[in-house]
Amino acid sequence: MTKDEHEQSGKSIKIKATDISVAYGDFVLLENASFEVKERDIFIIMGGSGCGKSSLLRCLTGLMPPATGSIEISGVDFTAADPLSRNKIMQKCGILYQGGALFSSMTLAENIALPLEQYSHYSKKMIAELVSLKLALVGLAGFEDFYPSEISGGMKKRAGLARALALDPDILYCDEPSAGLDPISSKLLDDLIMELNQSLGTTFVIVTHELASIFTIGTNSIFLDAETKRIMGKGNPQDLLKNPPNDAVFNFLTRGKDENA
Amino acid sequence: MQFEQTAENNKVTITLRGDYIACNNAPSPAHFIADLKEKNINKVVFSAKELGAWDSSLVVFLFYLAKLGNAADIDINLKTLPKNLERLINLALKVDRKPQSKHLSRLPFLESLGEHTLVIIEASLKSIRFVKGILKSFVRFCKSKAIMRKVDFLFALEDCTYKAVGIVSLVSFMVGLILAFVGAIQLKAFGAQIYVASLVAIGMLRIMGAIMMGIIMAGRTGASYAATIGTMQVNEEIDALKTMGIPISDFLVIPRITSLIIAMPFLTILADIMGILGGAAVGITILGISPQEYWQYTRDALAFNDFFVGLFYSIVYGFIIAACGCYYGINCGRDADSVGIATTRAVVSAIVWMIVATGILTVIFEVLGI
Repeated sequence: MTKDEHEQSGKSIKIKATDISVAYGDFVLLENASFEVKERDIFIIMGGSGCGKSSLLRCLTGLMPPATGSIEISGVDFTAADPLSRNKIMQKCGILYQGGALFSSMTLAENIALPLEQYSHYSKKMIAELVSLKLALVGLAGFEDFYPSEISGGMKKRAGLARALALDPDILYCDEPSAGLDPISSKLLDDLIMELNQSLGTTFVIVTHELASIFTIGTNSIFLDAETKRIMGKGNPQDLLKNPPNDAVFNFLTRGKDENA
Repeated sequence: MQFEQTAENNKVTITLRGDYIACNNAPSPAHFIADLKEKNINKVVFSAKELGAWDSSLVVFLFYLAKLGNAADIDINLKTLPKNLERLINLALKVDRKPQSKHLSRLPFLESLGEHTLVIIEASLKSIRFVKGILKSFVRFCKSKAIMRKVDFLFALEDCTYKAVGIVSLVSFMVGLILAFVGAIQLKAFGAQIYVASLVAIGMLRIMGAIMMGIIMAGRTGASYAATIGTMQVNEEIDALKTMGIPISDFLVIPRITSLIIAMPFLTILADIMGILGGAAVGITILGISPQEYWQYTRDALAFNDFFVGLFYSIVYGFIIAACGCYYGINCGRDADSVGIATTRAVVSAIVWMIVATGILTVIFEVLGI
């Protein structure tokens, strides 16, 4: 990232999904979804259970191909890319999984050092320093030699975030980051995401249905609907709450509160 | 990347110029701070007007500089850095929670010996309690009072019967073949190659069929039991069963043990037949024994007591394999690694206990003259 880039107001498009359909065999979860994620956005993919949020994230991260449509990441067609190019694109993307997905046989330091050892040319000393920095950034300074089984769920998520940040990604995907966390840990994680977004300029794509997080951190969003299998709302979550495009979005954002109540 | 420093009035100005991407050769912050201390400099400021692109390698340098500077009472002024860089370093310097230090001190020899002994005693008592639990569940099963689903039993039976036929047939055929080859080398020297038929028949029926079956099923089915139940432990399914008041030995262990005890004798009979066929393949094609002659000698060598001894071994092995698989699965830890460890332990301990049981049973049969 450059100083100029940080200061520029016009945002470039980081992810462009065109007519994406997500399906498992004949079972279609999502049809013709098109959206754009701009640079430095905290983009929320929201919707009720079973609407295909996590499956859409799997498509965006290349873990499963979309049934139809295309995904462009930083201007490169990700769906049509060969495995080598796809791997190169993914090196610029970090992923925070729901449970942290830390390797249980490795210490936190080894977990974070793994992508650095694999894809960077840093010396061992530099990698160790980078690992300490990443852990310090997520508030886990000094936990280098701990195993995932020795830390709490919230700390596992933060350690997962440190690993996702290891290679200074342009885009960071998060699958339900607040799930299973107490309100204070959840708020701390939200604050951390906002801080990293502002200081590092990282674009975040977050799958969640936690309303508090959606309104606190989201700068842009899409709402997926399980019934129609389509995107039923797009835009800033606060704006969607003020002007809901339909009942599904209103009910979701107000936890089913009656409009006239 | 360019890094310059100018000193005046106990203050150093660090000028950052150009790009700072994947920089591996940054000056050591520790040496830098030591140098400042030596020169009695107590303030560091930055000039970053010409700083270009940067990544974590710059953040690392500045982070350690700020950390070590703070510890050495040197004022590291980050305010002249770009705002996002300053915020990032401040974020890293903020400590949310200090870890408790890990005590890895080694115990003295006697204490360590005592601790290991206690661990062994506890593990032995746990195993005894487990076997006791199985026996109680088995009594309930016989009285049709065990809480288990028929479908689980049928699924376990299906898994360890016809799905295992392929591998059992192949391995047993090869064992019969090898047994005949090894025997033929010695017997041929005396012109007694015809006794290969007797050797293979007695060997397979009495022990080899059951032993090979035990080893195959320990690796195939015992490992699968440990992995399945271990994963249930990781997913808290076993906790759910316990809190529902369902005995896990009824629900998880009995269907697996009974199905394997039922399946093992049939698989052993199959192994015996395939082993004899493997021996016949060598006898007929390589040693030139006629099929009728081979069958005659095999039939003469076959004895009912050998056959039943083999079947008895297989039933014991079935119990050992299923019990080890279930025991290590139930006592599995809560992470992915633990499932692997449980699976390995299930297979290794099943094989060890099978060998121990074979030794004990062989002595008993010898004494009884069977």
